[in-house]
Amino acid sequence: MIVQELIFYVFSIVMVLAAGAVITVRNPVYAALFLVLTFFTAAAIWMLLEAEFLAIVLVVVYVGAVMVLFLFVVMMLDINIDTMKEGFIRYLPVALVVAVAMAAELLMVIWSKGRFGVEAFPIPPPNPVGYSNTRALGELLYTEYLLPFEVAGVILLVAIIAAIALTLRKRTGIKTQDPAKQVRTRRDESVRLVKMKSEKPQGG
Amino acid sequence: MLTLAHFLTLGAILFSLSVAGIFINRKNVIILLMCLELMLLAVNMNFVAFSRFIGNLDGQVFVFFILTVAAAEAAIGLAILVVLFRSRRTINVAELDDLKG
Repeated sequence: MIVQELIFYVFSIVMVLAAGAVITVRNPVYAALFLVLTFFTAAAIWMLLEAEFLAIVLVVVYVGAVMVLFLFVVMMLDINIDTMKEGFIRYLPVALVVAVAMAAELLMVIWSKGRFGVEAFPIPPPNPVGYSNTRALGELLYTEYLLPFEVAGVILLVAIIAAIALTLRKRTGIKTQDPAKQVRTRRDESVRLVKMKSEKPQGG
Repeated sequence: MLTLAHFLTLGAILFSLSVAGIFINRKNVIILLMCLELMLLAVNMNFVAFSRFIGNLDGQVFVFFILTVAAAEAAIGLAILVVLFRSRRTINVAELDDLKG
């Protein structure tokens, strides 16, 4: 039990520090890398909550795909870092006030007596040996949540089409090949037969 | 011992941090998108914690769908950002005021 607490506190501290770094560092590349660290520690804490499937999905999908996408975009855009951070000092007080007020309100609700403590939500026993979180989640996902699951697939399809359609651009005035046109071409478009008399050799 | 309140506290702190990030990074759209991802992570943390302590897997299914929608949102948001940068050569929020009457 004490080991679990130790793991929780260590990962929580790393997570909060990394999240603080995401919002304060100057360079967007470092921000993206700190966000990777945040997601990684979040995955560890979800392991602690026995949500193994979601923990690995967070690492694979977020760290592996979404954050790499972020890094690609950050490096593709030529951002002037100095102008990006002006206003940082100006907005810092209001940001601190809002964040501290919000955190205080949330913590007051969370730690108010008997609401989310151990008496209202007792510590659940660990899952039995042989229990598979992935299997349980899959059984739920493919029976009760089948329609939302398919809708999620459609949402991803829409995202693919939207991202490609937005970033696709036609450039004019450049020489390119059109493979479809090349394949479609016919004999009479490229070969011309010329009727002419046979020539006699010179001085023959 | 670790109660539900511990995990909710972590989610609350993460959420407040991302709200502060939206305030202090008013210029940079990329960091703003990262702050949105942090917010969604904080919400997901609460869902997973409740799912564990109530003993009901529906919360984890919900997190699964939130992850799906967040991935789609990030992809489309970054595509819009690339198009924006291509036409304006800047991603400064303050300079994006074409629709101002």
